[in-house]
Amino acid sequence: MTELEQLAAGAVQRALESGATDAECTISEGEEFSANVRMREVESLKEAGSRGAGIRVLVGQRAGSSYTSDLSPEGIEKMVAAALDLAKITSEDPHAGLPEREDLGSLAGDLQLYDGSVAGMDTEWKIAQARQAESAALAADPRIQNSEGASFDSQVGRRVFANSRGFVGSYLSSSCALSVVPVAQQNGSMERDYWHSIARSPARLESPEEVGRHAAERALRRLNPRKAATQKAAVIFEPRTARALLGDLFDAVNGSAIYRHASFLAGKLGEKIASDALTVIDDATIPGLFGTCPFDDEGVASRRTVVIEKGVLKSYLLNTYTARKLGLKTTGNASRGIAGNAGVGPGNFFIEPGARPPKEIIAGISNGLYVTELIGGSANTVTGDYSAGAAGLWIENGELTYPVSGITIAGNLKQMLLEIDQVGSDLEFRGSIAAPTILIREMTISGQ
Amino acid sequence: MSFSASLFARRFAITERDLESYLSEALSAGGEYADLYFEYLATSSIGIDEGIVKSATEGVTLGVGVRVIAGERTGYAYSDDLSPEKIRHAARVAAHIARGPASVVKSGFEQIRPHDLYPMLRAPNEMGLEERVDLVKRADRAARAYDARVFQVQATYADSLRNVLVATSEGRLSFDRQPMARMSVMVLARQGDGEPQHGHSGGGGRVTLDFFLNEKTPEHFAREAARQAIVQLDAVDAPAGEMTVVLGPGWPGILLHEAVGHGLEADFNRKGTSAFSGRIGQQVASPLCTVIDDGTIGNRRGSLNVDDEGMPTQQNLLIEKGVLRGYLQDKLSSRLMRTASTGSGRRESYQHIPMPRMTNTYMLAGESDPEDIIRSVPKGLYCTTFGGGQVDITSGNFVFSATESYLIENGKLTRPVRGASLIGNGPEALKYVSMVGNDLQLDEGIGVCGKEGQSVPVGVGIPTVKIDRMTVGGTAA
Repeated sequence: MTELEQLAAGAVQRALESGATDAECTISEGEEFSANVRMREVESLKEAGSRGAGIRVLVGQRAGSSYTSDLSPEGIEKMVAAALDLAKITSEDPHAGLPEREDLGSLAGDLQLYDGSVAGMDTEWKIAQARQAESAALAADPRIQNSEGASFDSQVGRRVFANSRGFVGSYLSSSCALSVVPVAQQNGSMERDYWHSIARSPARLESPEEVGRHAAERALRRLNPRKAATQKAAVIFEPRTARALLGDLFDAVNGSAIYRHASFLAGKLGEKIASDALTVIDDATIPGLFGTCPFDDEGVASRRTVVIEKGVLKSYLLNTYTARKLGLKTTGNASRGIAGNAGVGPGNFFIEPGARPPKEIIAGISNGLYVTELIGGSANTVTGDYSAGAAGLWIENGELTYPVSGITIAGNLKQMLLEIDQVGSDLEFRGSIAAPTILIREMTISGQ
Repeated sequence: MSFSASLFARRFAITERDLESYLSEALSAGGEYADLYFEYLATSSIGIDEGIVKSATEGVTLGVGVRVIAGERTGYAYSDDLSPEKIRHAARVAAHIARGPASVVKSGFEQIRPHDLYPMLRAPNEMGLEERVDLVKRADRAARAYDARVFQVQATYADSLRNVLVATSEGRLSFDRQPMARMSVMVLARQGDGEPQHGHSGGGGRVTLDFFLNEKTPEHFAREAARQAIVQLDAVDAPAGEMTVVLGPGWPGILLHEAVGHGLEADFNRKGTSAFSGRIGQQVASPLCTVIDDGTIGNRRGSLNVDDEGMPTQQNLLIEKGVLRGYLQDKLSSRLMRTASTGSGRRESYQHIPMPRMTNTYMLAGESDPEDIIRSVPKGLYCTTFGGGQVDITSGNFVFSATESYLIENGKLTRPVRGASLIGNGPEALKYVSMVGNDLQLDEGIGVCGKEGQSVPVGVGIPTVKIDRMTVGGTAA
């Protein structure tokens, strides 16, 4: 066992000795680096590390949790005592408890979550990456004279988990990201956009030139927007906005919302809830991705779960608690910071790509909206009501034409899922939730 | 409170000499300014769900952030270990931003006299766990008792106490104890086998548990959440398109936060990336609008005795009778813009670099009777409760999400409508304000503002306001 694994297992042991009937301990440590460059000059540099431990104890069916940034023996002792005190005031919850022993486990093999070179990257090199990305954006077009800056961020971390049913495990992870936010101006119109590239290892980042150029193109195409007329029309979500919509779908298949009847998908297992074009998977086992991990935050081995298959709801996403509430098995989706009862979080939650490239999907629309940005969106998971601010490009006769902004798009997720007529081939993972381009047959666009 | 009586001097034996030596280390490679931000944060939260007290969590975090400013450049590092070696190491890392001979730290500290906006009768750690549990149980019972159609209730109570020490190379020292407490209640209601509807309420501020015993009780928040859920049971689809919108008093002040507040933060304006850049002195709102950001209101969620750079907070005039008057400044931007800090430098924690932020943002009351305002609208929407909001400060487009609204038909409120987003443009939207009520209210104390990955508590407030033209994002086109 590593030193931190011993610390976690030791805290669990202390809890049992002090009267807990079960306990689980999470320790996380990490180092972060961030360089910001603006108008070709370094604006800020930040570098530091921190760690923390959390424990959750059960005394019979009552739970209590605490956390600390003090990992000394006294700090751990205080943390354990605080959790036990709290377990005296919570209620008996018949469904509370740790996972069954047979569900505990960890994926074997290299999941490619950690690249040691991230910790050793040269500061000047990282600054240069950000500088080049911003320079590429500034050089792209005379209408780009200003910028919110570019940044290079990296982090490495270790997560450790131990429980009183014999689980001890840990894993390292790393990531680095390059992003730039250029500002385009013309005739009194000012618009910004961004592009970013993120990877577990620096070798897999897009080049600074690509990131800068792409960000510039995105900002430029938003200049001099019009406000569309209020109407019902087809809406195409590009991957970046489709991903936000998929995040709303995640909330609706989250077991915590299901057992409370706080989701419009509660009670719909086995039913057709979406169009045939939609297949949604949660898979925390794919090497190198951002939602990948060997085990979830209560020590259950990661896995692949088909959530929606050709429009039929096949599974909710569950941790041990929500599974027990629903009389189902955990799907290995337990998620938490370092303390408290586990919630439910995504592995790699994605829409399976279709066959058609986005261009072909756009070509099939005579009048509609191509959404490149959502702002302040609100999806009501209980009812499915959906309404969000949007910006993008108007589609006329199969082509992207002028930019539009200051509009909203609205519908109801129940209907929107059934009206996903097309799913693009352009799936890319830039986070734990990922989607290709999707076309929704009709939504209400509100403008002037 | 004197420095020697502060938690950092007592428990961690930090002396003024230590602070001076850390600041000298931070300026060892030059730079004009350095500061240290020590933070000790203790939190506790309790949650009830389905009538079962399912969760109770407590924790402590501790750390120090070291910042060095050299021209427009900022170096930052932090440590969660207050040993002298670790703080010195952080100071040396932050010092990397500067390249030159060492700068001199002013010797001796002048202690800043902060406001005293949130005196505590009892500190959170002096209150029993049972008292906390009782609050969530009361909320649960009250929500269920409100109406038989309520079938799910979740309530949480959370409080924290943050001890903060800021020491600067200019020789300023400030110390503050910042309490925060909040209750929130979520309710689901259903008519027979019909579709469930959801209601949410919450509030608090820089207060302690006593506030929920004496001023705003758990029952107050529980009934409000239940009321909202029940109202929604009869709601019709929200309208779509441009129309007259009347905002009710209080939390709808989030309009100001999104439409003007963010756009007036000095960092964006210094860089020329805000839709309000270079517009001081211009008419950006109707003459009925005067907007203030005020960090000095007693016990308010957004209030601070000193900001997170050790500067006393103040009342800042943003818009006066429609004319743009000022920006919200932190130390860095005010230095570069050759003006003074407005006490608006805030950060989420010791791990974060401060930036200009809002505190409590509100519009002064006008003269109209709120009922006259509604009577004046032949057809429109009256919005009383909102969820969140967001703004693109460069284009100025902002969105905020109404969760409780009513149709106005011939000057009367008729049907409740389902949730919808409202969208507008910052420098334009407030020009359409045609009536301002005499009923200014501040919100209940639940706001969290996010900017560049940092969350800080804020407050908002507004009287009843009539906006002649705004785009409503419903489905009923």
